[in-house]
Amino acid sequence: METTISRRNFLKVSALTGGGMLLSFSMFAETKDPMRVVESIFNPNAYITINSDGSIILLAPNPEIGQGVKTSLPMIIAEEMDVDWKKVIVQFAPTDSKFGRQTAGGSGSIRGRFEELRKVGATAREMLVNAAAETWKVSPSECSVSDGIVTHSSTGKNLSYGELAAKAALLDIPSEPILKDPKDFKILGTRVKDVDALKIVTGTPLYGIDTRREGMLFAMVSRAPAYGKTLESVDDSETLKVTGVRKVVKLSNSVAVLATSTWAAKKGRDALKIQWKATEKLENSSEHFSTFEEMLEKGATSPSRNDGDVDAAIQRSSKLLEASYEMPTLSHGQMEPLNFFADVRADKAVLFGPTQVPAAVRKEVSEQLGIPEDKIQIDLPRQGGGFGRKLMTDNGVEAALISAAAQSPVQVQWTREDDMQNDFYRPAEMYTYKAALSEDSLLAWHQSAVGIGRGVNGDSYVAGALTNYRSEGQGLHSNTPTGWWRAPGACTMAFAAEAFMDEVCTELKKDPVQFRLDIFEKAKQQPVGRIGYDPDKYKSVVELVAKMCDWGNTPLGVFRGISTWFSFGSYAAEVVDVKMVDGKPRVIKVYCAVHCGRLINLSGAENQVQGAIVDGICHAMFPKVTFVDGAVVEKNFNSYKFLKMADTPYEIEVKFVESGDAPTGLGEPALPPVAAALANAIFAATGKRIRKMPFAEQMV
Amino acid sequence: MPNYSLSVNGKTMSVEADEDTPLLWVLRDHLNLLGTKFGCGIAQCGACTVHVNGSAMRSCVFPVSAVADNEITTIEGLSNKGDHPLQEAWIELDVSQCGYCQAGQIMAASSLLKDNPNPSDEEIDAVMTNICRCGTHVRIRKAIHLAAEKSV
Repeated sequence: METTISRRNFLKVSALTGGGMLLSFSMFAETKDPMRVVESIFNPNAYITINSDGSIILLAPNPEIGQGVKTSLPMIIAEEMDVDWKKVIVQFAPTDSKFGRQTAGGSGSIRGRFEELRKVGATAREMLVNAAAETWKVSPSECSVSDGIVTHSSTGKNLSYGELAAKAALLDIPSEPILKDPKDFKILGTRVKDVDALKIVTGTPLYGIDTRREGMLFAMVSRAPAYGKTLESVDDSETLKVTGVRKVVKLSNSVAVLATSTWAAKKGRDALKIQWKATEKLENSSEHFSTFEEMLEKGATSPSRNDGDVDAAIQRSSKLLEASYEMPTLSHGQMEPLNFFADVRADKAVLFGPTQVPAAVRKEVSEQLGIPEDKIQIDLPRQGGGFGRKLMTDNGVEAALISAAAQSPVQVQWTREDDMQNDFYRPAEMYTYKAALSEDSLLAWHQSAVGIGRGVNGDSYVAGALTNYRSEGQGLHSNTPTGWWRAPGACTMAFAAEAFMDEVCTELKKDPVQFRLDIFEKAKQQPVGRIGYDPDKYKSVVELVAKMCDWGNTPLGVFRGISTWFSFGSYAAEVVDVKMVDGKPRVIKVYCAVHCGRLINLSGAENQVQGAIVDGICHAMFPKVTFVDGAVVEKNFNSYKFLKMADTPYEIEVKFVESGDAPTGLGEPALPPVAAALANAIFAATGKRIRKMPFAEQMV
Repeated sequence: MPNYSLSVNGKTMSVEADEDTPLLWVLRDHLNLLGTKFGCGIAQCGACTVHVNGSAMRSCVFPVSAVADNEITTIEGLSNKGDHPLQEAWIELDVSQCGYCQAGQIMAASSLLKDNPNPSDEEIDAVMTNICRCGTHVRIRKAIHLAAEKSV
């Protein structure tokens, strides 16, 4: 039964160093009904609530797209609070500026919030200890905490957080709480299961697609069938005859059909007669690649990095090695097709759905509909994958526009075909490399890259370790939209650079492990210009993975490739083992060593690394998006192919370099290396260099 | 609109729906059983997997008019308290990442274990064709083996 309570609010504002976080302080204290138990709630800051029964509610501030932060972020608070994790209930935080950057992107959730959330937890612990000390009239230094119980050391008296909550709520908030010594961590670094595990395996509604609200209609939208086409006219007469269809709404370049069920909305949408006309060039993937070749031939107007004299080194080299690598356009293909719920009224709006950037959706809805941001509530469900797709605001904003136009709460549901044709794709890219070689060494390295959209920038680890180094990037303007796709930039450059590195090692007859270690040593001892990585950390993962797989002693019948990459502050080295099965290479095992600073959740971390490796193998091997006259050829998973269990390694062994450094990114860094490791293993097995994704097309 | 009497998770339920409505959308929109997920609509990904008379079936292409008196089981009806050996194994090995495909994976795996209580890796490869975009396959495989061991 709900208690009726009057609310007394104490508001204190204090800045925590670094985080700039507001501490709001409130307490539910008095009840109008004396027969009911007073529910003391301790709310030392926006993230924490302690109930008098000892249960603890912690808020997870960032979107959960499968990267595990609904579990791992509250773990950090719980660690510093010193509570029993089993008593913690995790809920999503509302979208509110007091929670800082509520974004899922750039592998940034943990690394951006580690120190902030430690302080959040430590603040609560200090207040609860002070409450106990005050109760016992002793000094806080005489008290200790374990699993949410404060104990007075000499007398053995103890009080639980639940018992102390009401009193603690009246105390001052410490401005500089003392953090735990990491050697005393009990939760961080252990295996903690996903907080939604039971709900997931029992099919409990958790996702945006599961949203059901009073009076809600289901909508499907007809969007342009090709990039470059614009809505000319619509005839909805047949649509309005479909049972269950309630409304048809025209937006600037799309038409939405609202109905009483998803299926009726789909049938209604399919019955629309729409004229689209080409108003821009209708592009083709084949032209993208032929233009790439021309652009690479011509070269960029100026290099992005130019150390030493690459051309002179080429002149005096005994061999010039050259190779080109191609990656197709890719879609995100997150398992949950896009959707969003919106209920827009004259002066306010309620939004709920999958996005990696809730604050940006709210801002854009505010701008487009003229509703102040503080009148727009946007909350998040658990999300069926992200991979960068939902860094774009289109699905949320579109739902709000439809709700406003139809004057109805609405759940806009995309089909898979809608997702495939209306993505912000991983851009197609092409890389060419030149390596000037002497008899036994690498003299110069030249990287030239081109991609759709903004183009490619960045360098491999060779930059800074080699006297003669040059890189250049170009972008091809296109009306096919591009966006961020898991480990953007790194996921493609790592394939090209590390596959080419293997070609260099083969040509020079060098061991690929030792050759890389020598490069890192050179970068450390005699750096050339700026170094974008820590050579010691990079070395540590290569050494660890070599040890894990007993590099140099490949088992009989196994063929092996190695690759590495550094991204989002972390380092990964991977070895792929393949066996030839029925004349085709089958990945049987992958070894991966990672340096990502201090580990938060061992189970989640390992899952991210294993998943990123499978993701990387999948997208190296199978899918591609082809544009023909602006339309995507691969409209669903029958032609946009994903890896299945039968293509997955039987085992992925993951080890983390032990480190007390602040945590760095982990949602993305294990993905970039694996494509090259696989290509290099396939070369070891077959003698064939694969320089073009998807590999499966090259292996026929 | 025709009326259908369906047997879902041991209960008889009545729905009014167009005859071509896929079972997936009948479950989700008419019966409010939201555990069965939409992923592709063309029986490729398996997120919508349910059991029809105990065997895995992709419900997104199975029209309600074809269900007749066949027994439908959804993830909500797989066990009473989430204690099917596969559900327990999934939790024990912390399989999920985003979790969206996992109900379908468990329904596919439970159908497999019914026919083959102790499948080999190759047999798992042959039957488990559901897509997991997060790449949890290695843990899914282990969880199937773990559930098989515990059920023996």
